Amino acid sequence: MDFGLDKKHEMARTLFKEFAETEVKPLAQEVDETEQFPAETVAKMAKSGFMGIPVPKEYGGQGCDPLTYVMCVEELSKVCATTGVIVSAHTSLCIDPIMTYGTEEQKQKYVKPLATGEKLGAFALTEPGAGTDAQGAQTKAVLDGDEWVLNGSKCFITNGKVADVYIVIAITSVTEDKRGRKKKNFSAFIVEKGAPGFSFGTKEKKMGIRGSSTYELIFEDCRIPKDALLGPEGKGFPIAMHTLDGGRIGIAAQALGIAEGALDRAIAYTKERKQFGRSIAQQQNTQFKLADMATRVEAAQFLVYRAAMAKANQKVYSVEAAKAKLFAAETAMAVTTEVVQLFGGYGYIREYDVERMMRDAKITEIYEGTSEVQRMVISGALLK
Amino acid sequence: MKIVVCIKQVPDTKGGVKFNPDGTLDRAAMLAIMNPDDKAGLEAALRIKDEIGAEVTVLTMGLPKADDVLREALAMGADNAILVTDRVLGGADTWATSTTIAGALRNIDYDLIITGRQAIDGDTAQVGPQIAEHLGIPVISYAEDIKVEGDSVIVKRQYEDRYHILKAQMPCLVTALSELNTPRYMTPGGIFDAYDKEVTVWGRADLKDVDDSDLGLKGSPTKIAKASDKVRKGAGEKVTLDPSESVSYIMDKLKEKHVI
Amino acid sequence: MALEEYKGVFIYAQQVDNEISSIAFELIGKAKELAADLGTDVTAVLLGHNVGNLVDSLAEYGADKVIVVDDPELETYRTEPYAHALASVINEYKPEIMLVGATAIGRDLGPTVSARVKTGLTADCTMLEIGDFPLSVPEGKEDTQKHGQLLMTRPAFGGNTIATIACPDNRPQMATVRPGVMQKIEPIKGAKAEVINYNPGFTKNNKYVEIQDIVKAVGTVENIMDAKILVSGGRGVGSAENFQMLKDLADVLGGMVSCSRAVVENGWLAQDYQVGQTGKTVRPNVYFAIGISGAIQHVAGMEESDIIIAINKDADAPIFDVADYGIVGDLKKIVPALTEALKAELA
Repeated sequence: MDFGLDKKHEMARTLFKEFAETEVKPLAQEVDETEQFPAETVAKMAKSGFMGIPVPKEYGGQGCDPLTYVMCVEELSKVCATTGVIVSAHTSLCIDPIMTYGTEEQKQKYVKPLATGEKLGAFALTEPGAGTDAQGAQTKAVLDGDEWVLNGSKCFITNGKVADVYIVIAITSVTEDKRGRKKKNFSAFIVEKGAPGFSFGTKEKKMGIRGSSTYELIFEDCRIPKDALLGPEGKGFPIAMHTLDGGRIGIAAQALGIAEGALDRAIAYTKERKQFGRSIAQQQNTQFKLADMATRVEAAQFLVYRAAMAKANQKVYSVEAAKAKLFAAETAMAVTTEVVQLFGGYGYIREYDVERMMRDAKITEIYEGTSEVQRMVISGALLK
Repeated sequence: MKIVVCIKQVPDTKGGVKFNPDGTLDRAAMLAIMNPDDKAGLEAALRIKDEIGAEVTVLTMGLPKADDVLREALAMGADNAILVTDRVLGGADTWATSTTIAGALRNIDYDLIITGRQAIDGDTAQVGPQIAEHLGIPVISYAEDIKVEGDSVIVKRQYEDRYHILKAQMPCLVTALSELNTPRYMTPGGIFDAYDKEVTVWGRADLKDVDDSDLGLKGSPTKIAKASDKVRKGAGEKVTLDPSESVSYIMDKLKEKHVI
Repeated sequence: MALEEYKGVFIYAQQVDNEISSIAFELIGKAKELAADLGTDVTAVLLGHNVGNLVDSLAEYGADKVIVVDDPELETYRTEPYAHALASVINEYKPEIMLVGATAIGRDLGPTVSARVKTGLTADCTMLEIGDFPLSVPEGKEDTQKHGQLLMTRPAFGGNTIATIACPDNRPQMATVRPGVMQKIEPIKGAKAEVINYNPGFTKNNKYVEIQDIVKAVGTVENIMDAKILVSGGRGVGSAENFQMLKDLADVLGGMVSCSRAVVENGWLAQDYQVGQTGKTVRPNVYFAIGISGAIQHVAGMEESDIIIAINKDADAPIFDVADYGIVGDLKKIVPALTEALKAELA
């Protein structure tokens, strides 16, 4: 398959790799230990244009393709999955829906500062009672004169509190179908930090990606202007789903990066580590494990790049995105678990990064649609 | 104002030099990078551009693959790129190299020329001052800081135990130390644009006021009599002595090697 | 260019603040050997203002002649008047060899002058000898070989390769020479040299730069990459307090302290001092590896040091595989004793 990888992409990868090694890797351990959002790194990424890679230049972006963006998240995640998801949530879940559904005014107002990295973005769909099943959602928005009034709460929001701009999905009406079943109709809104009645609840303490700022969002009679509505009223659910299709490619790239990072470390470590008088890389058990992991990682890379190409060239890419995320996430989990095993006791202690990578990998099977949801999307298309 | 930055593509020695099993240098395994002092020089030029406005042209002499470092410079923010490449230029020493680059520079307008102090492959620090000499312009080497003031540059010139603040009339040439600054990263969009731009390619015919006899291997006064990759040293002596004997042993070795 | 017109070995006698730099004496020491091989003499070229008093020390260190260019324009080093002075001396007196120190001055003056007099210059030489070029020729081609050539050997590629270079068709044969490598002779008290005063005349032109300020002995940030001697400690040093022993040793030798990754991780020293793959790559003249086991990641950052001296209590430590001199023993006893011995020696 031709991914259209050319010299531009090669050089972009060199850039991302160098940035990741120099700016991100030295902080990865500390970011995990202290659970501190790496604000300085984000500022550096903004300066280098990493916060708006697939955004057209006229909106403050870099004018690159989705593949370049995916490579950025991949390279960052090789050394620090926290940094990877910050870029992914910002780009795929906040900028992308505004670019796709926003009015020209909204693009000018929001995309420009987001793409330059002056502002950070987030996306809020999940609620305590509504994860995979969005119909369980409670957050409502009611039009009151020239303002929408939001009430409810959102949870597990990546870039929560640190972000300036939030895409919030809320119920704007409830209709009954023919059989009398109630159906909630959603709309998407752009909510700025500082809007009256908008506050932050608990900061989540997580197993992995611990530097990522995960917060509860609280809306108490939160008033936002009428023109904060993103896309047509009542179309919030398809907007959210389409946004997540894109987001899944970012998370797939994150998972791919984690797997690649773990494999790189395993190769280096097994060559160096001696047991029974020879390096463990000289033992066939190690060699076969490395071979299996490398094969699997490359297969994941193919699926992820394929999905990025689909996003560049197709209107709908749900299945490609779902396959990429499903396979990359499960690869990340499997590879990091195996790598910890290869490291033995050293894999279990924090001095070596693989312990963190294994914890980080797990979330990729969960957020932006669990692996089960991805299987539903893929099988749904097969059995349509 | 117009700034020309001369850059060179060199093998990366930073992440540890790679060796073949026989102890010779494995050049193929090392990445080709923009020479660090040159990159600092480019950053200095780009900062002048950011602050007071300037057109920054990067120029390199090398093989066609040196195109890569020119694209990198464009992706960092340089405006134009020139590659000087020709088979007759191969094997040049610093004299022939500086003659060639001076010949290329005579084709373009410049107020300030910046080169790196030295390249990490040759470590000679000669090409910059020699270009200035060929062009008949002032040179300030070992710059730790460069400022533009009217039609002059003010440079902090490093010496072993001091620095001088020097003022030179433009046009002039300054050689940059990598301590000068931390170069910016390329931007992804800059990379995409860099590959859409044209790199000007010049050959022998484009060099101005240069004799054939001064170019390439033939035009190089210095000739290599012998070159070898330094074979990695193996284990030396190992001794187990009591502390006072150990001290005498080390003292003897330090004297033998003229350390003390 | 009539090569045979060029005779004698010249050295640039660098002076700063009317004080001869040590490199000048080192160059004379080497030049004497070369001159002996060639059957010629050694001339020091002294440039400056009111520097006549320095002539005798050059003679005592072995200069047969001293050419002095004394002019107010040469008060403080600036490229143009100095290059003009040295190039004029070369054109006037036609030396076959011109040696310059590879100092911050010499590495500016050397290339400028070589370009001006149109000859080759070999940078940062560590070995100079007189020999044939090419080194060998096929039988029957003996007439193509030139004798009595200056063969200049220098490291390149960050010390990973060495090249020997000649300058067979141009004169003078110019080299800059790395400070601290060549040996000066024991000064001969009362020795005198023939003194030649020469002034080519100085006319200001566009190449003259203005010195606005001179700031001496600036406290630049210490960089272990610049240190000539590194006293490096590892986990075996045992504690942050014990690093004082290493610091004392480094101070006596005018060196700096550096360390392995373990030391940084233990918080004994800052990351700036770390040598190795994740730290800095260093290439000092002497590297003391004290209580450092010698993991490959560490070795990658220091193996190019000229002399490696390892002290470790573990005789099997891999550091001994790269050390020139390895001492199996207790660093806590050896290091302080070594410091005392050096103090006594250098006092």
